[in-house]
Amino acid sequence: MALVTPDIGLIIWQLIVFLIVLFILRAFVWRPILSALKAREHQIEDSLRAADNAKEEMEQIKADNEYLLQEARIERDAILKEAKEESVHIIEHAKAETSDITSKMIQDARDAIEVEKKAALTEVKDLVAALSLEIAEKVLRENLSDDKSQKALVSKFIKDVKVN
Amino acid sequence: MKKGSILNQSNFLIINRFLALLLLIMPSLVWADGGSKKDGEDEKFNPSELINHHIADSHVWEIYHGLTVHLPVIVYSEEKGFDVFSSANFYDHEEVVPYNGYIMDHDHISLESGGHVFDISITKNVLFLFIDAALLILVFTAVARGYKKNAGRAPRGIQSFFEPIIMFIRDDIAKENIGPKYGKFMPFLLTVFFFIWFGNLLGLLPGAANLTGNISVTLTLAVITLLITTFSGRKTYWLHIVDPLGKSMPWLGKIFMYLILWPVEIIGIFTKPFSLMIRLFANITAGHILILSIISLAFVFQSLAVGVVGAIFATVMNMLELFVAVLQAYVFTLLSALYFGQAVEEHH
Repeated sequence: MALVTPDIGLIIWQLIVFLIVLFILRAFVWRPILSALKAREHQIEDSLRAADNAKEEMEQIKADNEYLLQEARIERDAILKEAKEESVHIIEHAKAETSDITSKMIQDARDAIEVEKKAALTEVKDLVAALSLEIAEKVLRENLSDDKSQKALVSKFIKDVKVN
Repeated sequence: MKKGSILNQSNFLIINRFLALLLLIMPSLVWADGGSKKDGEDEKFNPSELINHHIADSHVWEIYHGLTVHLPVIVYSEEKGFDVFSSANFYDHEEVVPYNGYIMDHDHISLESGGHVFDISITKNVLFLFIDAALLILVFTAVARGYKKNAGRAPRGIQSFFEPIIMFIRDDIAKENIGPKYGKFMPFLLTVFFFIWFGNLLGLLPGAANLTGNISVTLTLAVITLLITTFSGRKTYWLHIVDPLGKSMPWLGKIFMYLILWPVEIIGIFTKPFSLMIRLFANITAGHILILSIISLAFVFQSLAVGVVGAIFATVMNMLELFVAVLQAYVFTLLSALYFGQAVEEHH
Protein backbone atom coordinates (compact mmCIF):
# COMPACT_ATOMS: atom_id res chain seq x y z
CA MET A 1 0.00 0.00 0.00
CA ALA A 2 2.96 2.28 0.69
CA LEU A 3 3.77 1.92 -3.02
CA VAL A 4 0.62 3.76 -4.15
CA THR A 5 0.46 6.30 -1.33
CA PRO A 6 1.66 9.70 -2.56
CA ASP A 7 4.29 11.28 -0.36
CA ILE A 8 3.71 14.99 0.19
CA GLY A 9 7.43 15.78 0.57
CA LEU A 10 8.30 14.23 -2.77
CA ILE A 11 5.32 15.91 -4.43
CA ILE A 12 6.53 19.31 -3.20
CA TRP A 13 10.09 18.67 -4.38
CA GLN A 14 8.88 17.29 -7.69
CA LEU A 15 6.64 20.30 -8.26
CA ILE A 16 9.36 22.83 -7.38
CA VAL A 17 12.15 21.12 -9.32
CA PHE A 18 10.03 20.34 -12.36
CA LEU A 19 8.71 23.89 -12.59
CA ILE A 20 12.22 25.35 -12.18
CA VAL A 21 13.54 23.03 -14.89
CA LEU A 22 10.56 23.86 -17.08
CA PHE A 23 11.11 27.62 -16.78
CA ILE A 24 14.88 27.44 -17.18
CA LEU A 25 14.61 25.21 -20.24
CA ARG A 26 11.78 27.28 -21.67
CA ALA A 27 13.70 30.53 -21.42
CA PHE A 28 17.22 29.38 -22.32
CA VAL A 29 16.76 26.22 -24.33
CA TRP A 30 13.41 25.50 -25.95
CA ARG A 31 12.76 29.02 -27.19
CA PRO A 32 16.14 29.46 -28.91
CA ILE A 33 16.06 25.90 -30.27
CA LEU A 34 12.53 26.15 -31.62
CA SER A 35 13.12 29.56 -33.14
CA ALA A 36 16.41 28.36 -34.64
CA LEU A 37 14.63 25.37 -36.14
CA LYS A 38 11.91 27.60 -37.51
CA ALA A 39 14.46 30.05 -38.87
CA ARG A 40 16.36 27.24 -40.54
CA GLU A 41 13.20 25.84 -42.08
CA HIS A 42 12.35 29.30 -43.40
CA GLN A 43 15.87 29.65 -44.72
CA ILE A 44 15.69 26.30 -46.51
CA GLU A 45 12.30 27.16 -47.92
CA ASP A 46 13.51 30.56 -49.05
CA SER A 47 16.61 29.08 -50.62
CA LEU A 48 14.56 26.53 -52.51
CA ARG A 49 12.18 29.22 -53.67
CA ALA A 50 15.10 31.44 -54.67
CA ALA A 51 16.63 28.57 -56.61
CA ASP A 52 13.33 27.98 -58.37
CA ASN A 53 13.06 31.68 -59.14
CA ALA A 54 16.61 31.75 -60.46
CA LYS A 55 15.85 28.77 -62.67
CA GLU A 56 12.75 30.46 -63.98
CA GLU A 57 14.62 33.70 -64.51
CA MET A 58 17.35 31.80 -66.32
CA GLU A 59 14.80 30.28 -68.62
CA GLN A 60 13.23 33.67 -69.16
CA ILE A 61 16.64 35.13 -70.01
CA LYS A 62 17.32 32.24 -72.34
CA ALA A 63 14.00 32.80 -74.07
CA ASP A 64 14.74 36.53 -74.24
CA ASN A 65 18.13 35.83 -75.75
CA GLU A 66 16.60 33.50 -78.31
CA TYR A 67 14.06 36.17 -79.16
CA LEU A 68 16.71 38.86 -79.43
CA LEU A 69 18.83 36.60 -81.62
CA GLN A 70 15.87 35.87 -83.85
CA GLU A 71 15.10 39.56 -84.05
CA ALA A 72 18.72 40.37 -84.85
CA ARG A 73 18.73 37.76 -87.59
CA ILE A 74 15.59 39.19 -89.12
CA GLU A 75 17.01 42.68 -88.91
CA ARG A 76 20.29 41.58 -90.46
CA ASP A 77 18.43 39.93 -93.31
CA ALA A 78 16.36 43.05 -93.80
CA ILE A 79 19.44 45.24 -93.78
CA LEU A 80 21.21 42.99 -96.26
CA LYS A 81 18.23 42.97 -98.52
CA GLU A 82 17.90 46.72 -98.36
CA ALA A 83 21.59 47.17 -99.02
CA LYS A 84 21.40 44.92 -102.06
CA GLU A 85 18.44 46.82 -103.39
CA GLU A 86 20.18 50.06 -102.69
CA SER A 87 23.32 48.96 -104.49
CA VAL A 88 21.34 47.76 -107.49
CA HIS A 89 19.50 51.03 -107.50
CA ILE A 90 22.72 53.01 -107.25
CA ILE A 91 24.31 51.05 -110.06
CA GLU A 92 21.31 51.50 -112.29
CA HIS A 93 21.12 55.12 -111.43
CA ALA A 94 24.82 55.56 -112.17
CA LYS A 95 24.49 53.72 -115.44
CA ALA A 96 21.58 55.88 -116.50
CA GLU A 97 23.41 59.01 -115.48
CA THR A 98 26.56 57.96 -117.32
CA SER A 99 24.73 57.20 -120.54
CA ASP A 100 22.94 60.54 -120.29
CA ILE A 101 26.21 62.34 -119.82
CA THR A 102 27.91 60.51 -122.68
CA SER A 103 25.08 61.04 -125.05
CA LYS A 104 25.01 64.71 -124.08
CA MET A 105 28.77 64.93 -124.58
CA ILE A 106 28.47 63.23 -127.94
CA GLN A 107 25.67 65.60 -128.83
CA ASP A 108 27.78 68.54 -127.70
CA ALA A 109 30.71 67.29 -129.73
CA ARG A 110 28.48 66.83 -132.71
CA ASP A 111 27.08 70.30 -132.30
CA ALA A 112 30.57 71.72 -131.96
CA ILE A 113 31.72 69.84 -135.05
CA GLU A 114 28.72 71.07 -136.93
CA VAL A 115 29.41 74.64 -135.90
CA GLU A 116 33.11 74.27 -136.75
CA LYS A 117 32.20 72.67 -140.03
CA LYS A 118 29.84 75.49 -140.90
CA ALA A 119 32.42 78.05 -139.87
CA ALA A 120 35.06 76.27 -141.94
CA LEU A 121 32.78 76.04 -144.94
CA THR A 122 31.93 79.73 -144.64
CA GLU A 123 35.61 80.55 -144.47
CA VAL A 124 36.36 78.29 -147.43
CA LYS A 125 33.54 79.88 -149.35
CA ASP A 126 34.82 83.31 -148.47
CA LEU A 127 38.33 82.27 -149.39
CA VAL A 128 37.18 80.73 -152.68
CA ALA A 129 35.20 83.85 -153.46
CA ALA A 130 38.16 86.06 -152.57
CA LEU A 131 40.52 83.88 -154.60
CA SER A 132 38.14 83.76 -157.50
CA LEU A 133 37.88 87.48 -157.39
CA GLU A 134 41.67 87.84 -157.16
CA ILE A 135 42.22 85.38 -160.00
CA ALA A 136 39.60 87.07 -162.11
CA GLU A 137 41.15 90.42 -161.37
CA LYS A 138 44.62 89.19 -162.24
CA VAL A 139 43.40 87.48 -165.39
CA LEU A 140 41.67 90.57 -166.46
CA ARG A 141 44.61 92.72 -165.51
CA GLU A 142 47.22 90.62 -167.52
CA ASN A 143 45.28 91.16 -170.79
CA LEU A 144 44.92 87.79 -171.54
CA SER A 145 46.51 87.46 -174.98
CA ASP A 146 46.90 83.83 -175.49
CA ASP A 147 45.70 80.67 -174.12
CA LYS A 148 49.15 79.52 -173.19
CA SER A 149 50.03 82.34 -171.05
CA GLN A 150 46.57 82.23 -169.59
CA LYS A 151 46.94 78.64 -168.70
CA ALA A 152 50.41 79.30 -167.23
CA LEU A 153 49.07 82.09 -165.24
CA VAL A 154 46.25 80.09 -163.88
CA SER A 155 48.48 77.30 -162.76
CA LYS A 156 50.87 79.87 -161.29
CA PHE A 157 48.05 81.22 -159.23
CA ILE A 158 46.92 77.81 -158.16
CA LYS A 159 50.45 77.18 -157.08
CA ASP A 160 50.42 80.31 -155.07
CA VAL A 161 47.13 79.28 -153.54
CA LYS A 162 48.53 75.97 -152.53
CA VAL A 163 51.52 77.62 -150.94
CA ASN A 164 49.20 79.76 -148.86
CA MET B 1 17.53 -8.55 -50.52
CA LYS B 2 20.98 -10.03 -50.16
CA LYS B 3 22.50 -6.74 -49.07
CA GLY B 4 19.80 -6.33 -46.43
CA SER B 5 20.41 -9.75 -44.96
CA ILE B 6 24.16 -9.08 -44.73
CA LEU B 7 23.52 -5.82 -42.92
CA ASN B 8 21.08 -7.46 -40.54
CA GLN B 9 23.60 -10.17 -39.87
CA SER B 10 26.31 -7.68 -38.91
CA ASN B 11 23.88 -5.81 -36.65
CA PHE B 12 22.84 -9.06 -35.10
CA LEU B 13 26.48 -9.98 -34.47
CA ILE B 14 27.13 -6.68 -32.70
CA ILE B 15 24.07 -7.12 -30.50
CA ASN B 16 25.08 -10.71 -29.83
CA ARG B 17 28.56 -9.69 -28.75
CA PHE B 18 27.07 -7.05 -26.43
CA LEU B 19 24.68 -9.61 -24.97
CA ALA B 20 27.47 -12.12 -24.50
CA LEU B 21 29.47 -9.55 -22.55
CA LEU B 22 26.51 -8.80 -20.31
CA LEU B 23 25.86 -12.48 -19.80
CA LEU B 24 29.45 -12.96 -18.72
CA ILE B 25 29.19 -10.17 -16.17
CA MET B 26 25.68 -10.61 -14.80
CA PRO B 27 25.89 -14.20 -13.46
CA SER B 28 29.13 -13.34 -11.70
CA LEU B 29 27.39 -10.42 -10.01
CA VAL B 30 24.56 -12.70 -8.98
CA TRP B 31 27.04 -15.29 -7.77
CA ALA B 32 28.98 -12.74 -5.76
CA ASP B 33 25.85 -11.37 -4.15
CA GLY B 34 24.58 -14.87 -3.46
CA GLY B 35 27.85 -15.71 -1.78
CA SER B 36 27.59 -12.83 0.63
CA LYS B 37 23.99 -13.65 1.42
CA LYS B 38 24.90 -17.19 2.38
CA ASP B 39 27.02 -15.90 5.22
CA GLY B 40 23.93 -15.08 7.31
CA GLU B 41 22.72 -18.69 7.33
CA ASP B 42 19.73 -18.25 9.61
CA GLU B 43 18.45 -15.18 7.71
CA LYS B 44 15.82 -16.46 5.27
CA PHE B 45 15.80 -14.68 1.90
CA ASN B 46 12.63 -12.65 1.42
CA PRO B 47 12.26 -11.49 -2.22
CA SER B 48 9.23 -9.27 -1.62
CA GLU B 49 11.12 -7.34 1.06
CA LEU B 50 14.09 -6.90 -1.29
CA ILE B 51 11.89 -5.74 -4.14
CA ASN B 52 9.89 -3.33 -1.98
CA HIS B 53 13.09 -1.95 -0.58
CA HIS B 54 14.41 -1.30 -4.11
CA ILE B 55 11.25 0.32 -5.37
CA ALA B 56 10.30 2.40 -2.35
CA ASP B 57 11.75 5.77 -1.43
CA SER B 58 14.38 5.90 1.28
CA HIS B 59 16.31 8.27 3.52
CA VAL B 60 19.55 6.50 2.63
CA TRP B 61 21.09 5.82 -0.73
CA GLU B 62 22.50 2.32 -0.76
CA ILE B 63 24.72 2.33 -3.84
CA TYR B 64 25.57 -1.31 -3.21
CA HIS B 65 25.59 -3.52 -0.17
CA GLY B 66 27.97 -1.86 2.28
CA LEU B 67 28.30 1.53 0.54
CA THR B 68 25.56 3.75 1.88
CA VAL B 69 25.06 7.51 1.61
CA HIS B 70 22.98 8.98 4.43
CA LEU B 71 20.81 11.73 3.02
CA PRO B 72 19.68 14.83 4.91
CA VAL B 73 16.37 14.76 6.74
CA ILE B 74 14.23 17.91 6.68
CA VAL B 75 11.16 17.69 8.90
CA TYR B 76 8.55 20.06 10.26
CA SER B 77 6.16 19.39 13.10
CA GLU B 78 3.94 21.69 15.11
CA GLU B 79 5.64 20.67 18.34
CA LYS B 80 9.29 20.89 17.27
CA GLY B 81 9.25 23.23 14.26
CA PHE B 82 11.81 22.80 11.46
CA ASP B 83 14.61 20.30 11.94
CA VAL B 84 17.45 19.39 9.59
CA PHE B 85 19.82 16.51 10.36
CA SER B 86 21.50 13.54 8.71
CA SER B 87 19.59 10.30 8.44
CA ALA B 88 22.76 8.61 9.76
CA ASN B 89 21.46 9.59 13.23
CA PHE B 90 18.72 6.96 12.89
CA TYR B 91 21.25 4.18 12.39
CA ASP B 92 23.38 2.52 14.99
CA HIS B 93 25.29 -0.32 13.29
CA GLU B 94 22.45 -1.44 11.00
CA GLU B 95 19.98 -1.02 13.86
CA VAL B 96 17.30 1.66 13.43
CA VAL B 97 17.17 3.81 16.55
CA PRO B 98 15.13 6.87 17.62
CA TYR B 99 16.83 10.24 17.38
CA ASN B 100 16.04 13.52 19.12
CA GLY B 101 12.41 12.60 19.68
CA TYR B 102 11.91 11.31 16.11
CA ILE B 103 11.44 7.67 15.21
CA MET B 104 11.83 6.13 11.78
CA ASP B 105 9.85 3.05 10.84
CA HIS B 106 10.34 1.72 7.29
CA ASP B 107 11.63 5.13 6.19
CA HIS B 108 8.56 6.84 7.61
CA ILE B 109 9.46 9.47 10.20
CA SER B 110 7.12 10.34 13.07
CA LEU B 111 7.38 11.80 16.56
CA GLU B 112 7.98 9.57 19.54
CA SER B 113 5.01 11.28 21.17
CA GLY B 114 2.90 10.06 18.24
CA GLY B 115 2.48 13.46 16.58
CA HIS B 116 2.42 13.95 12.81
CA VAL B 117 5.61 15.02 11.01
CA PHE B 118 5.72 16.89 7.77
CA ASP B 119 8.63 15.23 5.93
CA ILE B 120 10.31 17.16 3.11
CA SER B 121 13.66 15.36 3.35
CA ILE B 122 16.10 14.98 0.50
CA THR B 123 15.25 11.32 0.02
CA LYS B 124 16.78 9.00 -2.57
CA ASN B 125 14.05 9.98 -5.03
CA VAL B 126 14.55 13.70 -4.38
CA LEU B 127 18.29 13.23 -4.95
CA PHE B 128 17.61 11.52 -8.27
CA LEU B 129 15.09 14.22 -9.07
CA PHE B 130 17.94 16.72 -8.69
CA ILE B 131 20.22 14.54 -10.82
CA ASP B 132 17.54 14.23 -13.49
CA ALA B 133 16.97 18.01 -13.46
CA ALA B 134 20.69 18.78 -13.57
CA LEU B 135 21.16 16.31 -16.42
CA LEU B 136 18.31 17.92 -18.38
CA ILE B 137 19.73 21.39 -17.94
CA LEU B 138 23.30 20.34 -18.72
CA VAL B 139 22.39 18.32 -21.81
CA PHE B 140 19.95 20.78 -23.29
CA THR B 141 21.96 23.92 -22.66
CA ALA B 142 24.69 22.10 -24.61
CA VAL B 143 22.17 21.40 -27.36
CA ALA B 144 21.04 25.03 -27.35
CA ARG B 145 24.66 26.18 -27.55
CA GLY B 146 24.95 24.07 -30.68
CA TYR B 147 22.15 26.05 -32.25
CA LYS B 148 23.88 29.30 -31.42
CA LYS B 149 27.27 28.09 -32.68
CA ASN B 150 26.02 26.39 -35.84
CA ALA B 151 23.37 28.98 -36.64
CA GLY B 152 22.18 28.50 -40.20
CA ARG B 153 24.31 25.38 -40.62
CA ALA B 154 23.78 21.65 -40.27
CA PRO B 155 23.51 20.37 -36.67
CA ARG B 156 26.57 18.76 -35.07
CA GLY B 157 27.31 16.39 -32.20
CA ILE B 158 24.80 16.24 -29.37
CA GLN B 159 22.66 18.75 -31.20
CA SER B 160 22.17 16.40 -34.14
CA PHE B 161 21.24 13.57 -31.76
CA PHE B 162 18.44 15.50 -30.09
CA GLU B 163 17.21 17.51 -33.06
CA PRO B 164 15.20 14.67 -34.66
CA ILE B 165 13.59 13.92 -31.29
CA ILE B 166 12.68 17.58 -30.74
CA MET B 167 11.35 17.75 -34.30
CA PHE B 168 9.37 14.56 -33.73
CA ILE B 169 7.76 15.99 -30.60
CA ARG B 170 6.98 19.21 -32.42
CA ASP B 171 5.69 17.76 -35.68
CA ASP B 172 4.22 14.38 -34.79
CA ILE B 173 3.04 14.99 -31.24
CA ALA B 174 2.28 18.70 -30.82
CA LYS B 175 1.27 19.86 -34.31
CA GLU B 176 -0.62 16.66 -35.01
CA ASN B 177 -2.74 16.67 -31.84
CA ILE B 178 -2.98 20.32 -30.80
CA GLY B 179 -3.19 22.06 -34.16
CA PRO B 180 -1.98 25.54 -35.03
CA LYS B 181 -1.88 26.67 -31.36
CA TYR B 182 0.79 24.11 -30.47
CA GLY B 183 3.48 26.72 -29.79
CA LYS B 184 2.67 27.58 -26.19
CA PHE B 185 2.55 23.92 -25.15
CA MET B 186 5.92 23.02 -26.67
CA PRO B 187 8.10 23.88 -23.61
CA PHE B 188 5.99 21.67 -21.33
CA LEU B 189 5.78 18.79 -23.80
CA LEU B 190 9.53 18.82 -24.48
CA THR B 191 10.41 19.13 -20.80
CA VAL B 192 8.03 16.42 -19.67
CA PHE B 193 9.20 14.04 -22.43
CA PHE B 194 12.88 14.39 -21.63
CA PHE B 195 12.26 14.50 -17.87
CA ILE B 196 10.43 11.17 -17.98
CA TRP B 197 12.82 9.60 -20.48
CA PHE B 198 15.94 10.58 -18.57
CA GLY B 199 14.25 9.62 -15.27
CA ASN B 200 13.33 6.21 -16.67
CA LEU B 201 16.90 5.63 -17.89
CA LEU B 202 18.36 6.80 -14.57
CA GLY B 203 16.06 4.34 -12.80
CA LEU B 204 17.54 1.48 -14.82
CA LEU B 205 21.05 2.18 -13.52
CA PRO B 206 22.12 -0.17 -10.75
CA GLY B 207 21.68 1.41 -7.34
CA ALA B 208 19.52 4.21 -8.70
CA ALA B 209 16.15 5.39 -7.42
CA ASN B 210 12.87 4.41 -9.01
CA LEU B 211 11.99 8.07 -9.65
CA THR B 212 9.50 7.88 -12.52
CA GLY B 213 7.98 4.74 -11.03
CA ASN B 214 7.02 6.69 -7.92
CA ILE B 215 3.37 7.62 -7.63
CA SER B 216 4.14 11.06 -6.16
CA VAL B 217 6.23 12.00 -9.21
CA THR B 218 3.70 10.76 -11.76
CA LEU B 219 0.89 12.37 -9.74
CA THR B 220 2.61 15.75 -9.88
CA LEU B 221 3.24 15.50 -13.62
CA ALA B 222 -0.36 14.42 -14.25
CA VAL B 223 -1.71 17.29 -12.13
CA ILE B 224 0.37 19.78 -14.14
CA THR B 225 -1.13 18.34 -17.33
CA LEU B 226 -4.62 18.64 -15.78
CA LEU B 227 -4.01 22.26 -14.76
CA ILE B 228 -2.70 23.24 -18.20
CA THR B 229 -5.65 21.50 -19.87
CA THR B 230 -8.17 23.18 -17.57
CA PHE B 231 -6.71 26.67 -17.87
CA SER B 232 -6.35 26.55 -21.63
CA GLY B 233 -9.87 25.15 -22.12
CA ARG B 234 -11.83 27.06 -24.77
CA LYS B 235 -15.59 27.40 -25.21
CA THR B 236 -15.87 24.18 -27.20
CA TYR B 237 -14.10 22.20 -24.49
CA TRP B 238 -16.41 23.38 -21.72
CA LEU B 239 -19.49 23.03 -23.91
CA HIS B 240 -18.58 19.39 -24.45
CA ILE B 241 -18.64 18.92 -20.70
CA VAL B 242 -21.65 21.09 -19.81
CA ASP B 243 -23.81 20.37 -22.85
CA PRO B 244 -22.51 17.19 -24.49
CA LEU B 245 -25.76 16.43 -26.32
CA GLY B 246 -25.91 19.84 -27.99
CA LYS B 247 -28.96 20.51 -30.15
CA SER B 248 -29.83 16.87 -30.68
CA MET B 249 -32.55 16.93 -28.02
CA PRO B 250 -35.02 19.43 -26.46
CA TRP B 251 -33.99 20.89 -23.11
CA LEU B 252 -36.60 18.99 -21.14
CA GLY B 253 -35.27 15.65 -22.34
CA LYS B 254 -31.69 16.69 -21.85
CA ILE B 255 -32.19 17.65 -18.20
CA PHE B 256 -32.85 14.05 -17.22
CA MET B 257 -29.97 12.75 -19.29
CA TYR B 258 -27.67 15.30 -17.73
CA LEU B 259 -28.42 14.09 -14.22
CA ILE B 260 -26.35 11.07 -15.28
CA LEU B 261 -24.08 12.66 -17.88
CA TRP B 262 -22.78 15.57 -15.81
CA PRO B 263 -21.19 13.39 -13.12
CA VAL B 264 -19.70 11.23 -15.88
CA GLU B 265 -18.27 14.24 -17.69
CA ILE B 266 -16.87 15.74 -14.49
CA ILE B 267 -15.28 12.44 -13.51
CA GLY B 268 -13.94 12.31 -17.08
CA ILE B 269 -11.92 15.49 -16.52
CA PHE B 270 -10.02 13.70 -13.75
CA THR B 271 -9.79 10.20 -15.18
CA LYS B 272 -7.58 11.40 -18.03
CA PRO B 273 -4.71 12.66 -15.84
CA PHE B 274 -5.40 9.79 -13.43
CA SER B 275 -4.71 7.33 -16.23
CA LEU B 276 -1.50 9.24 -17.04
CA MET B 277 -0.40 8.94 -13.43
CA ILE B 278 -1.17 5.21 -13.14
CA ARG B 279 0.22 4.27 -16.55
CA LEU B 280 3.68 5.72 -16.02
CA PHE B 281 3.88 4.56 -12.40
CA ALA B 282 2.70 1.04 -13.17
CA ASN B 283 4.81 0.51 -16.27
CA ILE B 284 8.07 1.61 -14.74
CA THR B 285 7.49 -0.04 -11.38
CA ALA B 286 6.35 -3.27 -13.03
CA GLY B 287 9.55 -3.36 -15.07
CA HIS B 288 11.65 -2.96 -11.95
CA ILE B 289 9.66 -5.59 -10.07
CA LEU B 290 9.97 -8.03 -12.96
CA ILE B 291 13.74 -7.71 -13.27
CA LEU B 292 14.23 -7.93 -9.51
CA SER B 293 11.93 -10.96 -9.30
CA ILE B 294 13.82 -12.81 -12.01
CA ILE B 295 17.12 -12.15 -10.29
CA SER B 296 15.63 -13.13 -6.92
CA LEU B 297 14.72 -16.53 -8.31
CA ALA B 298 18.37 -17.53 -8.05
CA PHE B 299 18.31 -16.89 -4.29
CA VAL B 300 14.91 -18.46 -3.77
CA PHE B 301 16.05 -21.70 -5.43
CA GLN B 302 19.65 -21.33 -4.22
CA SER B 303 20.78 -22.51 -7.64
CA LEU B 304 23.51 -21.30 -9.98
CA ALA B 305 21.71 -22.74 -13.03
CA VAL B 306 18.60 -20.72 -12.24
CA GLY B 307 20.87 -17.72 -11.68
CA VAL B 308 22.41 -18.04 -15.16
CA VAL B 309 19.04 -18.47 -16.86
CA GLY B 310 17.64 -15.64 -14.75
CA ALA B 311 20.54 -13.39 -15.72
CA ILE B 312 19.93 -14.05 -19.41
CA PHE B 313 16.27 -13.30 -18.91
CA ALA B 314 16.94 -10.21 -16.81
CA THR B 315 19.31 -8.90 -19.51
CA VAL B 316 16.62 -9.29 -22.13
CA MET B 317 14.16 -7.57 -19.80
CA ASN B 318 16.64 -4.75 -19.31
CA MET B 319 16.80 -4.24 -23.07
CA LEU B 320 13.02 -4.15 -23.13
CA GLU B 321 13.05 -1.63 -20.28
CA LEU B 322 15.32 0.65 -22.34
CA PHE B 323 12.60 0.65 -24.95
CA VAL B 324 9.82 1.04 -22.37
CA ALA B 325 11.71 4.07 -20.98
CA VAL B 326 11.31 5.99 -24.21
CA LEU B 327 7.90 4.50 -25.00
CA GLN B 328 6.36 5.65 -21.71
CA ALA B 329 7.87 9.12 -22.09
CA TYR B 330 6.33 9.21 -25.57
CA VAL B 331 2.92 7.99 -24.36
CA PHE B 332 2.77 10.52 -21.53
CA THR B 333 3.72 13.35 -23.88
CA LEU B 334 1.37 12.19 -26.63
CA LEU B 335 -1.64 11.90 -24.31
CA SER B 336 -0.88 15.26 -22.70
CA ALA B 337 -0.79 16.79 -26.19
CA LEU B 338 -4.08 15.06 -27.00
CA TYR B 339 -5.75 16.57 -23.91
CA PHE B 340 -4.35 20.02 -24.72
CA GLY B 341 -5.67 19.58 -28.25
CA GLN B 342 -9.16 18.87 -26.95
CA ALA B 343 -8.92 21.92 -24.69
CA VAL B 344 -7.96 24.40 -27.40
CA GLU B 345 -10.13 22.89 -30.14
CA GLU B 346 -12.35 25.45 -31.87
CA HIS B 347 -15.96 24.73 -32.65
CA HIS B 348 -16.48 23.19 -36.05
